[in-house]
Amino acid sequence: MFDNYSRGAQAMSESPFVVVEGLHFSRGDKDIFRGVALQIPRGKITAIMGPSGTGKTTLLKLIGGQLTPDAGRVLIDGEDVHRLSRKALFAVRRRMGMLFQSGALFSDLNVFENVAFPLRVHTDLPDAMIRDLVLMKLEAVGLRGARELMSSELSGGMARRVALARAIALDPELILYDEPFVGQDPISKGVLVQLIKRLNDALGLTAVVVSHDIGETLSIADYVYVIADGQVMAHGTPKTLDVDQDPRVNQFVHGEPDGPVPFHYPAEDYFSDILREGGVR
Amino acid sequence: MIHHVTALGRRGCNLLEAMGRAGIFLAQSAVGVPSKEGWTLWLRQMHFVGVLSLAIVLVSGLFIGMVLALQGYTILVDFGAEQALGQMVALSLLRELAPVVAALLFAGRAGSALTAEIGLMKATEQLTSMEMIGVDPLRRVVAPRLWAGFVALPVLTIGFSVVGIYGGYLVGVEWLGVFEGSYWSNMQASVEFVNDIGNGMLKSLVFAVVVTWIAVFQGYDLIPTSEGISRATTRTVVYSSLAVLGLDFVLTAIMFGGLS
Repeated sequence: MFDNYSRGAQAMSESPFVVVEGLHFSRGDKDIFRGVALQIPRGKITAIMGPSGTGKTTLLKLIGGQLTPDAGRVLIDGEDVHRLSRKALFAVRRRMGMLFQSGALFSDLNVFENVAFPLRVHTDLPDAMIRDLVLMKLEAVGLRGARELMSSELSGGMARRVALARAIALDPELILYDEPFVGQDPISKGVLVQLIKRLNDALGLTAVVVSHDIGETLSIADYVYVIADGQVMAHGTPKTLDVDQDPRVNQFVHGEPDGPVPFHYPAEDYFSDILREGGVR
Repeated sequence: MIHHVTALGRRGCNLLEAMGRAGIFLAQSAVGVPSKEGWTLWLRQMHFVGVLSLAIVLVSGLFIGMVLALQGYTILVDFGAEQALGQMVALSLLRELAPVVAALLFAGRAGSALTAEIGLMKATEQLTSMEMIGVDPLRRVVAPRLWAGFVALPVLTIGFSVVGIYGGYLVGVEWLGVFEGSYWSNMQASVEFVNDIGNGMLKSLVFAVVVTWIAVFQGYDLIPTSEGISRATTRTVVYSSLAVLGLDFVLTAIMFGGLS
């Protein structure tokens, strides 16, 4: 009996936390996704990579239920996000945290109140306990001393770390990172890489990192999906992708400027364009 | 030809869709029992849209009352009827000028600021992050602003009328020499509470709902770019002003034009 129980528990813990099936999404006439399917395993860091403009952030918004797909579904711990009522959707969102590219800190609150915000609205904890929890989260991101600053007084890297502290304030099971390394100096990048890894190791969070910063992302990811042209182009562990023979994957992973993904935006012939008379654009 | 008809139809559909969105938006944000924290947020917004609009509304009220008295006196004195100045100033203000001008000023001062503030929150992903934290921005950000607008404008309108009547007194009685007793007693005799003050306040309440609704919806529904914010802010002032003036005619026709 105990054997059966432990096998069941093991299967539960191994079932993916997020499942995306046959996802189609378009904006106007442009197809962003044409049948994307992927699985985010529990307790692991999964990276979703791809060139700019492939809809990586859109995918996070679809997972978070902020956008509705044209077809397909997104299951979070077995629940179809897009079939939930508004109230049930907000309840599911309490189990996830999201780190936005801009930080998205509330501009009318200081650092302390930004981190305290999820605790104040979702718990009845006394002020003294909220204070302790906020200071613990701020200590984890190294900004306990900056608690009185307003968001306008923070650098980009600091804002993102505060946003990270806020995202983990309620100890979520899933955390979504939207381009966490963009626009960061090397020191901030290093700090963020360490923080993401440490949070995953210490708290066993399921993490999804959307990024096109290859080095940083591959150094911490357990599994990687590469998305291009509205589909999953490749997936595997960082090691298998590094030696992938597909020219498109190769070009992306090794950062080659030209290849199957062209460097130039589609245009007419260069010489005939230059030699055209009359200065017509 | 077909092309023009199609374009017209598309614009019509877009307009209907936007109105539907605005209706759902109002229902989802304004309806509901506020939490304890909701009252605090509402009070903060009352300060922002109400108290901070007080100066511009009161100063405008004073000048409009003074101008009314001056213009009214020059006309009434030709008929020897300058004793009716108090009645003219009070009725013009209570029935028309106070609700309309206060609403126009409110749209320019508070409405545009509400649009820009909510728009900037949307552009910087603050609304999205609030949703991801599991907090509904319609309840947390929009509802306190809506209700603050609904309450603040009628109160500002009362202030506008009071100061305007005093401005009329300053010019009519203190400067032009109209007999003080007739200024006040004519006013007291002719102004009816329900018909004049009540209808004026009802107008003001309607304008408050329309102007605040337009302002917060434009902020919430805008395209989150700097150009989008600037366009939405302009739209708030233009749509609110047109809606106030158009609705004023309809309401006046119903209230005072014998249509009711």
